[in-house]
Amino acid sequence: MIAAFITVVCILATMFAPWIAPFDPFDPAQISLWDGKLPPSWVEGGQPQYLLGTDNQGRDMLSTILYGGRLSILVGLAAVCMGMVLGVTLGVLSGYFGGLTDTIIMRIADIQLTIPGILLAILINGIGRTVLPLDMREDFAIFVVIFAIGLSDWPQFARVARGATLVESQKEYVQAAKVIGLPQRLIILRHVLPNTLRPVLVIATIGLALAVIAEATLSFLGQGIPPTTPSLGTLIRVGNEYLFSGLWWITLFPAIALVVLVFAVNLLGDWMRDALNPKLR
Amino acid sequence: MSMLLEIDNLDVDFLTRRGTINAAKDVSLQVTAGEVLGLVGESGAGKSTIGNAIIDLLESPGEVSGGSIRFQGEELRGKNEDEMRRIRGDRIGMIFQDPQTSLNPLLRIGEQLVETILKTKRIGQSEAQKSAIELLESVGITEARARLKSYPHQFSGGMRQRVVIALALAGDPDLIIADEPTTALDVSVQAQILDLIRGLCKSRNLGVIIVTHDIGVIANIADRVAVMFRGNIVETGEVAQILGNPQHEYTKSLIAAVPRADKRLHRFASVDYIDGTGDQSSAGLQRIDINTHWLGKKSQLQLTAAQSSEASAIEVKDLSLAFKLQGAILKRNRRMLQAVDKVSFAIAQGEAFGLVGESGSGKSTVARLIAGLHKPDSGSVEIIGQNVLGNQKDPLVKAARLNLQMIFQDPYSSLNGRLRVLDIVAEPIRFYKQSDNEKHTRQLVHDLLDHVGLGGSAALRYPHEFSGGQRQRISIARALASRPRILICDEPTSALDVSIQAQILNLLKDLQDELGLTLLFISHDLPVIRQMCDRVAVMRNGAICEIATTEDLFNSPQHEYSQHLLELMPRMDVIGG
Repeated sequence: MIAAFITVVCILATMFAPWIAPFDPFDPAQISLWDGKLPPSWVEGGQPQYLLGTDNQGRDMLSTILYGGRLSILVGLAAVCMGMVLGVTLGVLSGYFGGLTDTIIMRIADIQLTIPGILLAILINGIGRTVLPLDMREDFAIFVVIFAIGLSDWPQFARVARGATLVESQKEYVQAAKVIGLPQRLIILRHVLPNTLRPVLVIATIGLALAVIAEATLSFLGQGIPPTTPSLGTLIRVGNEYLFSGLWWITLFPAIALVVLVFAVNLLGDWMRDALNPKLR
Repeated sequence: MSMLLEIDNLDVDFLTRRGTINAAKDVSLQVTAGEVLGLVGESGAGKSTIGNAIIDLLESPGEVSGGSIRFQGEELRGKNEDEMRRIRGDRIGMIFQDPQTSLNPLLRIGEQLVETILKTKRIGQSEAQKSAIELLESVGITEARARLKSYPHQFSGGMRQRVVIALALAGDPDLIIADEPTTALDVSVQAQILDLIRGLCKSRNLGVIIVTHDIGVIANIADRVAVMFRGNIVETGEVAQILGNPQHEYTKSLIAAVPRADKRLHRFASVDYIDGTGDQSSAGLQRIDINTHWLGKKSQLQLTAAQSSEASAIEVKDLSLAFKLQGAILKRNRRMLQAVDKVSFAIAQGEAFGLVGESGSGKSTVARLIAGLHKPDSGSVEIIGQNVLGNQKDPLVKAARLNLQMIFQDPYSSLNGRLRVLDIVAEPIRFYKQSDNEKHTRQLVHDLLDHVGLGGSAALRYPHEFSGGQRQRISIARALASRPRILICDEPTSALDVSIQAQILNLLKDLQDELGLTLLFISHDLPVIRQMCDRVAVMRNGAICEIATTEDLFNSPQHEYSQHLLELMPRMDVIGG
C-alpha cells in the first residue's frame, strides 16, 4: 500500500512537473549562469528559492529532477510496453503452436539472454544513432532509447507468457473452444491471452523498475538522452563530474530520486504478485 | 469392549471474514477397539474436519469451540503441542489420502520407518531396523529387508500406501485415522488396501476411523457408519442397517444416488434433499419438443451434412495413435507409447455408447481423436457418414464436425474464468450466427440455461461463483448451443459428489431422450456406464477387448479382462439391498 502510494506520488509529481516545479529548466529566461552551482537552501551560501540547489548551468535541482523523472518514467513505461507487446505476442504464439515456431522463438530469446541486457541496449542504441541522419538524432534520441531498452527486454516477457500459455492451452476450456470450431485467432485472443496476462503484469512492474535503471545507465554512460535534456541519468552524470569539486548535491539528489522511484516500483511489483496470487488470498 | 475414543457434542468453527462457519456442529461419536467406523459424507460435509480435530491438526482459522474429545478416558482438548505430538505418532496413527505426497521422496523407506520407530520407542538402531522389517511384512510387502533401501518413487501407488500404513503403525497406536485412504488409487488396488486395513484392525485390535465420500468403500470395510451432512451427523448405525434401511432423508437420497451395478433404472431416484441444488431438471421444466424448438432446427451448415440419416453417427476404423515419450533423431532410440491401437467401432444414431477402462487405457484419447483434438497416425473417423480427417477447411468436414460436441471431465478448468456465463454459452451461437440478433441470442442462452436446470439469472455471473455440478451444467449448455446431434462425455461426473453426479446423469439422460442425441460416454466407473449406456466397449492398453450390449457385458462378460474388471467393482448390493 505504501509502495503504491509512493509510486503514485512519484508519477503524479513528475507528470505534473510543469505545474509543480518552481522553475522551467527548458526556459533560458529563467536560467542564469550566475546562480550556477549553488548549494541547497539549508546549507550556507544557499538561496531559499533553490530548495535543492542548482546545477552547473544554474538550473534549479528540484525542477530538473521533476522534469528528469518525468522523462525517465516515460521512457521506462514506453520501453516496458514495447517489450511486453513484443514478448507476449511471441511468447503466446510460441506456447500455443509449439513445435518449430516454439523452438525458433525461444532459441532466439535464449541467445539474447546470454548477452547482458544493458550491453545489448548500448549496441542497439549505437546502431540506431548511426542509421539516423545527423539532424534527426537529437529529436529521435528518446525513441531510440525506448526502442533499445524495449528490444533488450522482451525475452523475459516471452518466457513468462509462453509458460502461462502452455498451462492455459492444456485446459479444457481451450479444447472446448476448438471442438466448437472457433478459428485459432479467436481462441488465442479471447481465451488464451486474457488468462496469461496476470503473471505478465507482475513482471511488467518489475520490468518498469529495470527499464528506468537501464535508461539512467544509458544516459549516465552518455549513450542515451542528450545532456541538454534532463533525465535522472544525465543529471547523475553531470553531477558526477563535479563530485570532487564538492558539489555533492548535483549528483546526490537525482540519485536518491532514482533509488526511491525504483524501490517503490519494485515494492508495487511484489505487492501485485501477492495480490494477484489466488493461493495467498 | 472398552471405549477407545469418545467425542461428545464437538463443535468446530472456522472464523472467516464473512463470519463464523460451523464446520462441525454438535458431533458425537464413539469408537471401540477392534472396530472400523466409517465417516461418510459429501465434500464440505465436515468429515475431514472431525478427523483433524481429534489429532489437533486443524488448519489455521479452524478451532474447536465446544464439546470434548476423550481418548482412552483422557481429555485431549486443552493439551499443549508437545503432549499432542506424543499422542499423535504414538497412540493415534494417521493415513492420508495421497501416497504420492505423504512420503518424503528424498529418504529411503527404511530411513523413514526407522526414524519414526526411534522417535516413539526407546530401542537401539538395529532393533528398530528389525521392527521396520516386521512392519513392512505385516502390511504385505514382500522381501521387506531389500525394500528398506528403496526410495518412495520405486514403489507403485498401492505399495506406497502400504508403506504409509506401516508408518502409521510404527508407534503401535491404538487408533488409526484414515482420511480417504484409497481415493487416489485404481479399483483393483483399492480392494487390497481396504482388506489390509480391515485385517490389521482385527488382528491388532485397533480402532479405525475411515473418512470417505465413497459408500462402496464403507460397504466393504466398516462395521459402523456415521453419515455426515453439513457439519452434522445425521445418522449412525451398523453398516447393514444404514445401507439397507436408512432412516434419515439425507442418507436415503445419498444411497439412492449411488449408481447400481445390478440393474438399470430409467433414472436416478430424486436426490433433492440437498437444499438449494434440488433436481430441478426433471420437475419444474417443460419438455423440449424437438420438432418446434430452436434446438431441433438445423442451421444451413448442418443440413448439408444431415443428408445421410442412415449412416452411423460415429464410425471409427483401425484408429491408431502413438505418443512420443522421448524424441531422438534415430528412429530406434525414440520411445513411443501406443495410446490407441487399431480401435474400431460404430455408434448408431441415437445410441448411448460407453467406453470403459482403467486409467491409462486410452479411452480419453479416443474421444479426443474423434473430436479432432489429436490427429491419428492411421485409421479413419467418420461422423454421420462424412470422413472428417481430411482437409479441416472443407465445408463438408466443418459441417460434420458441427454435429459433434464434447463435455469435459474437470468442471473447474473447462470454463474460461474471464468470461461471463452468457458469453461462454453464446460463443458458438454468435460465431455461427445462429440467432437473428443480440436480443435473440440472450433469449436462447436463457432458454438453454433453463433446460440444464440453472435458470436464466445465471447468465450474468462468472464461472467461479458456481459449484462443480453447476459448472458442469454450464458446460452442457455450451455444448448444446451448437445444436449438436452427438455428444461426447469424457468422464463428466468423476469430479463430482454422488448426489450431484446423479443429477447430472439424469440431466444427460433427459436431454438424450428429448433431443434424440447420440452419446459417447467415457468413464472408468462401471455402475455409471451401466446406468447410461446401451452398448459398451471395454478398453485396455489402447485396444478394445470387448464390445457388447450393456446387459450382456454385465451378465456374461466374454473377455478375461472384462470379467476381472467386473469382479473388482465395489458392490453395495452385497451388503445393502
